[in-house]
Amino acid sequence: MRRTRPRRWPRVAAPLLVGVVLLALWEVVVRVEQVPVYILPGPVAIGKSLWIDGPSLFGSLLVTLRITLAALAAAAVLGGAIALLFSLSRLLEISLFPYAVILQVTPIVAIAPLIIIWVQQPFLALLVCAWIVAFFPIVANTTVGLNSADRNLLALFRLYGASPAQTLRYLRLPTALPYFLAGLRISGGLALIGAVVAEFVAGTGGTETGLAFRILEAGYRLAIPRLFAALFLLSMTGIAIYLVIDFISRLLLRHWHESAIEEQEE
Amino acid sequence: MNRRPAAAAAPIVALRGIAKRFRGGVTALDPIDLEIGRGEFLSLLGPSGCGKTTLLRIIAGLSEPSGGERHLALTPDTPGARRRAGTAGRIGFVFQDPTLMPWGTVIGNVLLPFRLKGRVGAAERERAAAEIRAVGLAGFERAYPRQLSGGMRMRVSIARALVTDPDLLLLDEPFAALDEITRLGLNDDLMQLWESRRPTVVFVTHSVFESVFLSTRIAVMTARPGRIAAELAVDLPQPRQRALRTAPAYAALCAAASGELAAAMGEGGGR
Repeated sequence: MRRTRPRRWPRVAAPLLVGVVLLALWEVVVRVEQVPVYILPGPVAIGKSLWIDGPSLFGSLLVTLRITLAALAAAAVLGGAIALLFSLSRLLEISLFPYAVILQVTPIVAIAPLIIIWVQQPFLALLVCAWIVAFFPIVANTTVGLNSADRNLLALFRLYGASPAQTLRYLRLPTALPYFLAGLRISGGLALIGAVVAEFVAGTGGTETGLAFRILEAGYRLAIPRLFAALFLLSMTGIAIYLVIDFISRLLLRHWHESAIEEQEE
Repeated sequence: MNRRPAAAAAPIVALRGIAKRFRGGVTALDPIDLEIGRGEFLSLLGPSGCGKTTLLRIIAGLSEPSGGERHLALTPDTPGARRRAGTAGRIGFVFQDPTLMPWGTVIGNVLLPFRLKGRVGAAERERAAAEIRAVGLAGFERAYPRQLSGGMRMRVSIARALVTDPDLLLLDEPFAALDEITRLGLNDDLMQLWESRRPTVVFVTHSVFESVFLSTRIAVMTARPGRIAAELAVDLPQPRQRALRTAPAYAALCAAASGELAAAMGEGGGR
């Protein structure tokens, strides 16, 4: 049964209030216990650092964001295409799927150094790392979606003499859309994680410095408030990516899919 | 009561020795001979698991028989339309579930047969809209299936099956999942649609009352293996209306059909 949905404003205000209370508590503890700023800075110190270093951190954020979004786009396009190939040929699916799994379960930290050696161009190397992390949920989900078409609808399409292309366009693709979008939602976060991990491994190898490198650098220099400020920007970016994908997903599915239906209009 | 009415001169469906065995050796259908005349309303009446649905799918060409021959005399589609077009659209099929595309509107779903033929123009849209009116859903063209009740969804499914004006309409227990009131309403409306256009109908059901009210002929089937145990002509007056449900002739035929069904289940291993 449907949970009673809270009204609109508590959905925003309630978590916000929790956040404010936690931040206040954090500040109080740091001040009362006199925790040194190089171990745990309070929110005020972090805010100050965010204000001062904001512009330069924001520049680094754009570098990381560019890798993340490029990797996500590549994951969506190539992941979707691979899933499509899998759905067209069962043989292809059973022969290649295990390798997709191997790529997925191998920790990216372990293979990133190799990729950085092999791929000369730094941006491309980071992109490949982030892509490897991000593409699997899309492939796995979309493959399931493409094979989930309703049996009776498939029979109906056969009865009306539908071509394979028509069955794909009018039946398999729409069926797979919610699956693809669910995969995309997971991949959005993973692409960011992949980009950050790759930047960590690459270190100063790149000419441009992304946010992950700024975190490392701040750590070495014990500029802990700046480290927290960069961390804060990273989290906000992850949330923003999630919200954008969630919005697109609701927009595309709002008429028919249970996951996107706002209110029961009965 | 086992009258065997002769099918009309040229049967639209002729099955000879149709048998079906599934992998694993389960015999779903013993050799079945059946002729269905043009304009007939034939009900396949039997208990669950007697192979009625299998038989219907074989008639539709959705399932291949393991033996026997199947002949359909359908009017060929507009020549030269499309390569495999052939008789596509000459058969309408209604499943137990409405089987609608949830991402499509009512009109989008009803237009599907045309879309698969590769032509959706103003004429097709008008045709689909007319069909939606005919099943009593005027005003719901832009609605999505999830906004409709179970009965309304089934009406959309019927409109989609009828939109190509098929020679042969196959219905697989379409009202089994609906409540009694909705079911009676849909029975009346189906009757009206059939009387105004007279397609040949094969209707699978396990309801004696439904089969007698709707059909011109009933084939009673037994289970394991499925075969036709008896045939029963239903010579009730046309047009059939609600009042018929309380007529003595209707009651007598229901009793006869129930008797045949009980006998069939007794002999056919209705364990």
